Formats: sequence, C-alpha cells, structure tokens
Amino acid sequence: MEYFCQQLINGLALGSIYGLIAIGYTMVYGIVGMINFAHGDIFMVGAFTALIAFLLLVAIGITAVPIALFLVLLIAMALTALYGQMVERIAYRPLRHSFRLSPLISAIGMSIILQNYVQVAQGARVKPLPPLIHGGYTLFESETFAVQISNIQIVIVFITLALMAVFSWLVASTRLGRDMRACEQDLKMAALLGVDTDRTISLTFVVGAALAAVAGIMYLLYYGVIDFFIGFVAGIKAFTAAVLGGIGSLPGAMLGGLLIGLIETFWSAYFSIEYKDVAAFSVLVVVLIFLPTGILGRPEVEKV
Amino acid sequence: MNAPAGPILEVDHLTMRFGGLLAVDDLSFAASRGRITALIGPNGAGKTTVFNCITGFYHPTVGMIRLHHAGGPTYLLERLLDFRIAKLAKVARTFQNIRLFPGMTLLENLLVAQHNPLMTASGFTFLGLLGFASYRRSEQAAIDRARYWLDRMALLRRADDPAGDLPYGEQRRLEIARAMCTEPVLLCLDEPAAGLNARESAELKELLLAIRAEQQTSILLIEHDMSVVMDISDHVVVLDYGVKIFEGTAADVRNDPKVIAAYLGVEDEEVERVEAEVGL
Amino acid sequence: MAIAAETQAKPAADIAAALKNGLLAALAAFGLFSLLIGLRTDQGPTGALELTSRATVLGVFVVIAFVGGFARGLIGGERTIDLAAYVPDEIRAFAARTGRILGFALLAFVFAAPILFFHNRYLLDLGIQILTYVMLGWGLNIVVGLAGLLDLGYVAFYAVGAYSYALLAQNFGWSFWLCLPVAGCLAAFWGVLLGFPVLRLRGDYLAIVTLAFGEIIRLVLINWWSLTGGPNGVAGIPRPSFFGIPFNDEENGFAATFGLEYTPSYRVVFLYYVILALALLTNWVTLRLRRLPIGRAWEALREDEIACRSLGINTTTTKLTAFAMGAMFGGIAGSFFATRQGFISPESFTFSESALVLAIVVLGGMGSQLGVAIAAFAMLGGFELFREFEQYRMLVFGAAMVLIMIWRPRGLVATRAPSAFLNKRKAAAVTLVKEGHG
Repeated sequence: MEYFCQQLINGLALGSIYGLIAIGYTMVYGIVGMINFAHGDIFMVGAFTALIAFLLLVAIGITAVPIALFLVLLIAMALTALYGQMVERIAYRPLRHSFRLSPLISAIGMSIILQNYVQVAQGARVKPLPPLIHGGYTLFESETFAVQISNIQIVIVFITLALMAVFSWLVASTRLGRDMRACEQDLKMAALLGVDTDRTISLTFVVGAALAAVAGIMYLLYYGVIDFFIGFVAGIKAFTAAVLGGIGSLPGAMLGGLLIGLIETFWSAYFSIEYKDVAAFSVLVVVLIFLPTGILGRPEVEKV
Repeated sequence: MNAPAGPILEVDHLTMRFGGLLAVDDLSFAASRGRITALIGPNGAGKTTVFNCITGFYHPTVGMIRLHHAGGPTYLLERLLDFRIAKLAKVARTFQNIRLFPGMTLLENLLVAQHNPLMTASGFTFLGLLGFASYRRSEQAAIDRARYWLDRMALLRRADDPAGDLPYGEQRRLEIARAMCTEPVLLCLDEPAAGLNARESAELKELLLAIRAEQQTSILLIEHDMSVVMDISDHVVVLDYGVKIFEGTAADVRNDPKVIAAYLGVEDEEVERVEAEVGL
Repeated sequence: MAIAAETQAKPAADIAAALKNGLLAALAAFGLFSLLIGLRTDQGPTGALELTSRATVLGVFVVIAFVGGFARGLIGGERTIDLAAYVPDEIRAFAARTGRILGFALLAFVFAAPILFFHNRYLLDLGIQILTYVMLGWGLNIVVGLAGLLDLGYVAFYAVGAYSYALLAQNFGWSFWLCLPVAGCLAAFWGVLLGFPVLRLRGDYLAIVTLAFGEIIRLVLINWWSLTGGPNGVAGIPRPSFFGIPFNDEENGFAATFGLEYTPSYRVVFLYYVILALALLTNWVTLRLRRLPIGRAWEALREDEIACRSLGINTTTTKLTAFAMGAMFGGIAGSFFATRQGFISPESFTFSESALVLAIVVLGGMGSQLGVAIAAFAMLGGFELFREFEQYRMLVFGAAMVLIMIWRPRGLVATRAPSAFLNKRKAAAVTLVKEGHG
C-alpha cells in the first residue's frame, strides 16, 4: 500500500513534466493541424539552456538557489521561446499552404538539426547536475516502507498548477487566447476578420516552447542528468499524452500527461523497467485504435 | 416503357440522430423502378443525410432501407458497409462537392470505377501480373465502356487529360459518367445541376432522361433547380427539418401550401396555423 | 517565368531597412547561440560540469547572422527564391525530353559499375548501400507514394526481414535463396498484422502509430535476449554463395572453380548484382501493378478515399495490400542486409532509418520511380561525401531535408505519368495530384 502511494506521487510528478510538453503538441496541432515533430527537441534545448544558464549564474556568483532558479526559469523560457519561434519561421511557415507531408519531413529535419546541433555544440556525453533542491517530507510510513514526497516533487507540481492556471486564463480571457481559439476553428475566416494569423501561430509556438522549457528545467532538477537525446523519447510520450487526453484539448493534454506518467511509473515499479517505453508506445497504439479522439476530445464527423 | 412491378428502393421510418441533433425524423418513402424520384427541400432539410444513409456513409439510428433487384435479391442497406452497397447492391452516387480523382486522367477515373470486375478478371492481380490474355481482354472491354461514356458526355477528346484540369460543368459530367461505369441499378445524384448554366442544365435533363430510357437505371435526385425537378421527375418527396411534408407528382407539389410555406415562409400571424398543419 | 521583382524604394530607405533586418537577425542569433554555442559544458576533474567560453565562435555566428539579415533585407523580404524559376524554358524542355535517355544511361552505368570499379572495394560497398536504399525507397513508395499512407515505421519490416534470415539461416541452415522469399512473406504477414488495426486512422495519426510500432519492435529486439541476442544482435550470419559454390580461396571456391585468381571482390560484386536484381524486381513489380486494377485503386485511394468507397472498392483490403507489398520488399531488403553484413543488431534499425527512407520517397516525388532512385543516390552519395565531417554530417543532413522541402515541397519529379491512355500519354502536373490522407 505504501509502495503504491509512493509510485502514485512519483507518477504524478513525472506526469506533470509530460503534461507541460504535451500542451505544446496539442496547441500546435489544434491551430495548424500538424504534429510538431521537433517539439520534443525544443524541450531538450530548454533543459540544456537551463543547465548552462545555471552554471553561468553560479560562475558569476549567484548561488542562492531560489534566486538562481527564478532567473534560470526566465532565461530558459525566453531563449527556448526564441528557438520555438525560429523553428516555426524557418521550417514550417513557408510550407503552411503546401501539402501535408512536406511540413512533416521538414519537422523531422528540424528535429535532426536540433539534436545534432546540441550534440556538436555541447558534446555527446551526458551532463550531470548536482541536486539543487534537497530534502522532502515523509508523509506516512509502515514498518518496511516510508512514503516520501521530495521538495522537488512539490516544486514541480506547484509550478505546473500555477502555469496551468495562468495558461487557462490566457486562453479563455485574453485577446491572444481568443485569437488562438478563432484560428483553431477556422484559420481563413479568422484572417478575413482581421486576426493576424501569422503572429497568432507564431505565438502559439512560442508559448508551447516556453512551457516545454519549464518542463526541461524540471526534468533537469528531477533527474539530475540530461543528454541531447532526451527529446526523442520524451517527445513521443508527450505526444501520446496529448492524443490520450484528446488532441486539441488543453486540460486533456495535462490529463494525458499525468496518465502517461502514472502508467510509466507503475509499469516500471510492478512489471519490468526495461519495457517501460514499450508500455508507453503500446498505450499510444491502443488509444489510437480504440479511442482516436482521446478522453476529452471532440469526435469528428466527416462531411461527405 | 415496361418496368417490373414493385419499387426499387423502400425507405421505412428512417431516423438519423447526431448526438442531440435530429437530422432526419421518421422518413418513409419509396422510389419506383425505372423512374426518376426527386428529393427536394430547403437547405438543411436533411436531404444529403438521407443520401448518406442510403449509400452507407452514415449508419441510420433507426429504420430500414431496402433495395430490390428486379427478379433478384433484396438488400438491407442500413446493414451494409458503404462499399458493399456500391458493389453488391449496385447503388452508385455522386457528391455535392464533386469528388473526382484530380491527378488521374479521365480514362483512369472511369477505369477505377470498374475496379471490381477488373479485379476478378485479373485473378486478384496474379493473372494480370503474369500477362494472361483473359485479363487483357477484360481490360480492353473496360476501356471500351469508358470510351462509350466519355463519348456520351462529349469528353472523349479530353480522355487523357488529368481530371483536375476540367472546367466545373465537365467535372460534373465526368462524375456521372464514372457512376454509370459501375453499371448501377440505382443512381443517386446529389445536386447534379448545381453551378450549371441554363444550357448545361438542359443537357443534363436530356442526359438523365436518356439514362432512364436506355439503361433502365432508376434515378434518385437531390436538387434545388426547380426546372430540372419539375421537367424530369416522375415522383417528388419534399423534406423540411428532417420531416417529410409532401410526396407526390411534380405537378401536385408546386401547389401544395406546406411546400410553399417551407420554401417561401409565411406571415408571422399564420405561423402557428401552418405549423399545426404541417405537424411540427 | 517571373523573377522576384525589384523593390521600388529609394536606396537610402532600403539600406536602413536592411540594416534593421540585419540587427534583428544578429540579435536573434545572439539569443539563440549565446548559451549553447557561446559556452561549453565539460566534465571537469571532479566530475562536476565546468564552463568554458567560446566567445569568438559566438561572435562569428552573430556577424554571419547580421550579414545574412542585411543581404535578405536588400533582396526584398519574405519571398523565398524559387531557383527553378531561373532555369530558362528551353533547358527545361530539353531536360524533359532527355529524361528517358538519362534514365537508360543511368541504368547502363549502374550495370557496368562493378566492372569499372572492380578493385575499388569502397565504391562497390557504397554502390551496394545505395542500391539497398533505392530498393527500400521503391518499397516504401508503394505505401506512401502510390497509396498515400503515411508510414513512419518502415524500418520495422526491414528488421523483420533481417532477423528472419539471420535466425532461419543460423538455426535451420536454410540457404539465402530459400530464406529470401520466406523473409519477404514473414514481413508481409507482419505488415498485415500491424496494418489491420490501424489503417483506418487518418494522416498524421497513422504516421505516429507506425512510428510507435517501429520503436516497439526495436525495443523488443533489444530486450528479448533469448530470441534475438538482445543488444548484441546476431553474428556469424552465413555469407552468400554463388548458388552453392562458396566465395573463398579454397579448392571448391568460386575463384578456383572458374579458373580465376582469388580476390574478395568476387563476393562483393556478386552481392552488388544480387541487390541490383532485387531492386529491379521491386521496380518491375511496382510498374506492372500500377497498370493493374490494384495499382490504380492505390492511386485512387490517395486521391480521394471516399470516392473510392462509393465506387465499391474495399479500401481496407486495398490499404492492407499496399502495406503488405511495401513490407514484403522491405523484408527482402532486410534479408539482403543481413547476409551482406554477416552481423545485425538493433542499432541498425532505428527511427532514423525510417526517416531517411521516407525522406528519399518524399524528395523523389510521390510515386515516381526515377525520382526515388535519384533521391537515394543524392542523399546517400551526399552523406558519403561528407564522411570526413563526421559530427557535422547529420546536421547537414537535417538542414538539407528542411531546405529541400522548402524549395521543392512536392519532390524532385514534378509530374505524374498516367497508367493508361487512349491516345496520348500526357503527364499530369504534380500540383493536381493529391498527397493522400492515410
């Protein structure tokens, strides 16, 4: 029982990270109808940016963890958002009116570029970071096992909730959010009504990238080690999460993320750890076969 | 002309519900064999929905749709998959927004329509792959049939052009030719006269009358162009808000007050009275 | 053909705008590259990460960005330059006419290559590798190019073919020629098995599901030690023989039997002709199938699936056949790969392979056999040319993918040749050809 609770906590923390990445996928798919293959690598770039920013801050003397973290958050979000914007402008915008496969190939190319760019620039070896946020609390214990929640897990969940709140407010109440929703429903019509669709689409990518950067920071703090390849697997899992929750639905993306995090954690804990990625991919396959619109998605009726 | 007794298509208590929206409500009608039946009504009345149910693209919520082959089996269309309805029951259709194969030539479009007989003749590809003469003969027959229909539609000179290059009116004709290449017993046309000018509409009317006469194909027609409906239809069914409000001959339908109300609307004071009459 | 119009503004305003563009580009470059290029993380003696500065490199990038932005600003903004538009019409017509002759010349060259380069082991190996990818490209072309189904997991069938041959040959001692069709059938069987539940998915979803399948198979191969040897793979796969005569320097060997001087090149040349034959078989089958009802149904499926169903075509079986055919050829190519290498491991069957083959098909131009072949030559040849720049090779590869898609989104070959014609074979402009939605 205690073991189960521990896995529950671990799964939710991991799931929050996936959820933040998944939001980027689902937003972009909703607005331009394409799978941003390079999004997972944007998450990876966010993690690396955070790592280097942190080391830089330490080098120039800012070592107080809360301040450093805050600054790292800002820097990483801003720079990763810039990456997201650049990727959209270079690889996707020229192909927006082209046929379906070319943005996909372009996205794959972009993903390869980002992975190898980081590999060349920073080396192929893993990059470790000593744990910054220490300690935690013991919630309850039995004779054999103590259920603990670490501070980093608390931070992850807290930041995720805060971002979700901000983000939901953004989409529901601001001008930008309204523009996003309009573009999602009917891009041409939105353009005819005076919405700057190019800017709205760019901003969608930017916001998605910023959230992925936060996910990257949290991944870095949680696991303590990153390398240039983490984007690929995390990307597929996050996409699975987006599909599971219902592509195009924001709460769905977070819900999907949490579910995938839980599935992965429980599978590793109770079955086998080698096949944990297989579990995630299999979930994707099963969801797409039996419930393609996801849990919170809208069913599509094709007009004949 | 002699047509065997009994309707070719019987629609019984057809209801189509999309979640909370009731698109078609308890519709029953019959289409006679060898005749032209028109399905008319204001926009949103549910006409294309009925078509989609008949041709298997939607699965009806309630109801039965029977297709009777002359001296042959009866098919329950509400249970068949869309392609089986085309293949077994021999029901062909055209679409409101033309659906051709734009990158393929006119000839290829018509050859694809004859896919099933050609597949059988090619021994599910194997005989064809090995170059058996029997397949080549069937292919030649298929090309001849395609040539016949292209000629009929005055499209022969453009047979090798990609279908996407054709102007609108010719694309519509090609779609009908493609449907006819499947040798259907029932041809369902979804707004065939849409976007056609007066001359093209007249040609369309002649074409449909000729198909009815020569091929003895029954025709079911959705149309907004009243001249087409009145001039060639043997039987008319009128829908409004998914409900049948009239069924009869072309001559009777133009005078029916319910139909006029559905199309043209009524004065505010009369709304309740008319609604009671119609049964809404 | 229209060439990008000149701007009408006064030169002074132009320079100002271009300067602004350049500054923005420089700023963006600084933002993008400051941390990731400007600083380098390495593990120091204590194991912790240390930063080293690469300010000069960063400076260079910023300057390049400024210059690039400035130049762009002068040329005139967002318009992408259509290089093809600069080619005069006469040359285009000439290229179109000589296309067929070019194809034959290329074919002749390919046949003669092993004789021309008999002693150049490196080139022969490269040729074999290129032909393998040409075959894979032609196989995937059936699925993606003809039927319009987005398959991102093609490597799975390649792997099935390779492992089937390896395990059958090792455990049952079957010969290459027997294993080949068996592996093809096994791969086709897998194609049907994997395809059946997912082929009703649309476009991007199908792509992701096939990607997931590819990864699942790779992970299973890595982890199922007892069957596949895990990450160590399968070694000691029997090498091919010349219809029973082994390629060695012994008395019953190939060289001795034919009274020739022994050299390892014989086996390599034999392998070359085997893959050439297999690739040509793929090509021949594809071209014939295109003219048969099934091939036409594939293309019609790509154009409009709903219209196909309305014509009585069972689109599920049509899709499955395309999938199975593509899988079969992938499996056969995989068997060849196994026998050529003598050793296989899950590392050879990653997603990058699927991406590479898909890129070859899309770059070649959907459904065009010649285009796919040229694309395979270009991509793999280019890859080899950059071999010295080991690290930067993949980077250039990714950049090439992006750039080529922006330049020619429909691929190299711009037309579709019809499979049947009454009077005259007229090629359809590729803008009319649909790309398929899965």
